[in-house]
Amino acid sequence: MPEARLLCVSDLHLGKSERMARRGGALLPPYETEETLARLEAEVEALAPRCVVCLGDSFDDLGAALAMPEGVRLRLQAMQAGRRWVWIEGNHDPGPVELGGAHRSDLAVQGLVFRHIATQGCAPGEVSGHYHPKHRLPRSGTSRPAFVYDETRLILPAFGAYTGGLRCETPALRNLFAARAIAVLTGPRALAVPLA
Amino acid sequence: MAALPPRFREWFATHGWDPHPHQLEMLERAEEPATLLIAPTGGGKTLAGFLPSLVELADGAHDGLHTLYISPLKALASDIRRNLRRPVEDMGLPIRIEDRTGDTSATARKRQRADPPHILLTTPESLALLISYEDAPRIFAGLSRVVIDEIHALAESKRGDQLMLALSRLQALAPGLRRVGLSATVEDPPALARQLARHPDPCPVIMADPGPLPDIAMLDTAAPPPWAGGGAAHAIPEVLEQVRAHRTTLIFHNTRAQAEIFFHNLWLANADSLPIAIHHGSLARAQRQKVEDAMVAGELRAIVCTGTLDLGIDWGDVDLIIQIGGPKNVKRLVQRIGRANHRYNAPSKARLVPANRFEVLECRAALEAAAEHDLDGDPRGPGPRDVLCQHILIRACAGPFDEGELFHEVRTVGAYASLSRAAFDDCLEFCATGGYALRAYDRWQKLMKRDGLWGLRDPRAAQRIRMNIGTIQDTELLKVRMRGRGGQPLGEVEEAFAASLTEGDTFLIGGQIVRYEGLKEMTVQVSRSANKTPKIAVFGGTKFSASTRLTARILELIHGNWEDLPGTIRDWLSLQRDVSLLPRSDRLLVESFSHDSRAHTCLYGFAGRNAQQTLGLLVTRRMEELGLDPLGFVATDYATLIWGLEPVEDPAPLLAPQVLRDVLEGWLARNAVMKRTFRASATIAGLIERNLPQNRKSGRQATFSSDILYDTLLKYDPDHLLMRITREEAMKGLVDFGRVEEMLARVAGRIDHVTLDRVTPMAAPLLLEVGKVPVAGKGRERLAEEEAAALMAKAGLTG
Repeated sequence: MPEARLLCVSDLHLGKSERMARRGGALLPPYETEETLARLEAEVEALAPRCVVCLGDSFDDLGAALAMPEGVRLRLQAMQAGRRWVWIEGNHDPGPVELGGAHRSDLAVQGLVFRHIATQGCAPGEVSGHYHPKHRLPRSGTSRPAFVYDETRLILPAFGAYTGGLRCETPALRNLFAARAIAVLTGPRALAVPLA
Repeated sequence: MAALPPRFREWFATHGWDPHPHQLEMLERAEEPATLLIAPTGGGKTLAGFLPSLVELADGAHDGLHTLYISPLKALASDIRRNLRRPVEDMGLPIRIEDRTGDTSATARKRQRADPPHILLTTPESLALLISYEDAPRIFAGLSRVVIDEIHALAESKRGDQLMLALSRLQALAPGLRRVGLSATVEDPPALARQLARHPDPCPVIMADPGPLPDIAMLDTAAPPPWAGGGAAHAIPEVLEQVRAHRTTLIFHNTRAQAEIFFHNLWLANADSLPIAIHHGSLARAQRQKVEDAMVAGELRAIVCTGTLDLGIDWGDVDLIIQIGGPKNVKRLVQRIGRANHRYNAPSKARLVPANRFEVLECRAALEAAAEHDLDGDPRGPGPRDVLCQHILIRACAGPFDEGELFHEVRTVGAYASLSRAAFDDCLEFCATGGYALRAYDRWQKLMKRDGLWGLRDPRAAQRIRMNIGTIQDTELLKVRMRGRGGQPLGEVEEAFAASLTEGDTFLIGGQIVRYEGLKEMTVQVSRSANKTPKIAVFGGTKFSASTRLTARILELIHGNWEDLPGTIRDWLSLQRDVSLLPRSDRLLVESFSHDSRAHTCLYGFAGRNAQQTLGLLVTRRMEELGLDPLGFVATDYATLIWGLEPVEDPAPLLAPQVLRDVLEGWLARNAVMKRTFRASATIAGLIERNLPQNRKSGRQATFSSDILYDTLLKYDPDHLLMRITREEAMKGLVDFGRVEEMLARVAGRIDHVTLDRVTPMAAPLLLEVGKVPVAGKGRERLAEEEAAALMAKAGLTG
């Protein structure tokens, strides 16, 4: 939102590898927090937003949030300095974290409502995450993370490094949208296509 | 022990048989720590392997497990169980024989662990699972012999490495264990013997009489093979004629897709309704079982099949092998031919059917090689470390272990005999902490050292490790079902193939044409289609590279005597010679032409499919740097065809060895082949878990692509163990850069560039090849933007 100078990112899933290891799962390369933060820092630097909204599932769970190493805290604090920072609660990370910024279940800004999971029958202007939408052009290449919108809502792709995607054709996702909906594929250039 | 006991002599006599010399020799050598038997199919190989066990068990004095039999196929294990029952029942031997595979019920498995049979028949994966149990020392305490069937097939893959590692564990649990390997013809028996034996034990090789020379020839067809394709539809009448003239025919294909198409065409022409079935790895298990049962019952006249029938299930009366398509590898051809005629003294009979004109050359070259018994094969390098990582995890499941003891155990495996302690420690470290430069998991280690012994930090991890045992890589497969409630399962297709389908597309599976309806809960939904011509089924099937020796022979043939070649091939070659040039072994032919408004360039390297594929990746990468906007390429065993938006005017700078090596360094890291190799190794080593305890697919896709892990490691930890393993694996496997180098050395910069205004006779077949590889770059981005804009315009929207 250029005029509000608001940057919104969704589903960072910081600390995902730590959570998997803690639960006795695979020991994934522990670099995804570094990678996700570096991407976020690049966006913040490029856009200089007045407000940053993290749209939920910012941390893979509360344990991951609590176990954030000092370096990560400092980098988050550096990004938060001089701007409004809002953590929206997600299903992975309900409740507040001790990392600065405001904690909200949702946030209304200039006619838009930011929340983690899209709600049925909401008023127009809803912005959410959660589903990690991805989409592919029928003939050109592999699927890419995608923004999906219609006249009522916008769903953001996941911003975190270790995040899978859900195909836009999946009923749980597709049924949230009207017949005429648009997917915007991320990549070297954003590509807008109508959803089937 | 040398002589056959009277009871056994009588048994042979009642059936009017004489024991084969190699069967008696196996009995004489029963006390050797390891023995390798090389015998043709039908030579009583299995009985030779089991005879010493039956003799040792005949007095009923042995308690518990005595002999372990390992086969690469589940079906083979149950087949052998049936066959062994005969001598055991005839002679009234007090021997309990059971099989144990992925299909064995949980109750039966539990009972087998508590009270093992005398002879247990199983697969490498089931054995790996067995040694992961804490009661493994009790189960295997009295184990005396292990018999590995079809060891030549296992030894070529990581399944063999895993098996040998498991044997090193068994040998520690049962020090007196003796090993027997049963093999078909191979090019280097002593090398196989070294893989089998405990290092450095000796391993005598027993060669059975190979029997009469096989009767092999090309099948004459009225219609010449087409310019391109793998369908061999031209040969249908003659193949049917052969099926009619023989009792039972196996019709081998190199890929599942080709088998499907051929089967479909065969039935369209099968006026007498001869009972002909299809069998390959993508079909639903029930379907395959039906075919196998019908075959055993002698109800089928022919089976259209793939490599899934390469191994020795006893099909009874097969009297003809037909190989459709180039055999790719002379050794495999010879082994396949050995599948015909299980009666020992009759010659095996085989007919080769080239599916296109290139393959005529390949078949001719293979026939000559087979006649000269010039078998090809690549020596296997040192034991792969991803398999070792899995072995360490399996060992940890069975209970605490000492690292020094495990290291010494592993070094008794032939393939790991020269493993360094440092390399072993790397693998152990990876299993314990992930082995990352960033020491992140000190608190959450998977393996921990307590009181000097390594063990699992969280014992619950054992379940996850056991669920992911194995080295067979199923590419992501999706089930195919008829639409509707309780729709009939038809088989599986690769995810990438499913993703390429849009509603209404038709493809072949299990011999029927189906229409793609959509993807529902990770299942491909289809309906019956009345269409006669399906969209080509591009799913499944391993693509082997033609061996170095075979491609060299083909080049010789192109430049040698054409007398034995059919007229159509001679015409084709002379046309190529007139229009362009003939490829030679000491020069590289490069052709450039425009086709379908795209610039095309064809490189005739004759380096095998994988190396030609790598060449395509490297050259297109260089083209991208030079602004030629390549869009894609396709590779065969003989050539690589590249297309793009701009023409190649001078190929020399694209093919300079140093340039290619530099591009390889920079690019190797980021290409799809590396990512595929990484996925395979990371899965075997336990970083990627294919199976999770909970339901695998919840509403939201829980897993993310292994490519992300690869990219992350490349950026933050490029020297990580798995990245090193991936590079090594890729160089010898899918990347096969060794053969690119070999080709470049052979041509030594002598490049013949021919520019034409039309497709050449030799390039034409490549235009029709499936398996085109898209190049992600500026060219494709240009086209994607155009496509997106067109779709928006069509929907009446403006971007």
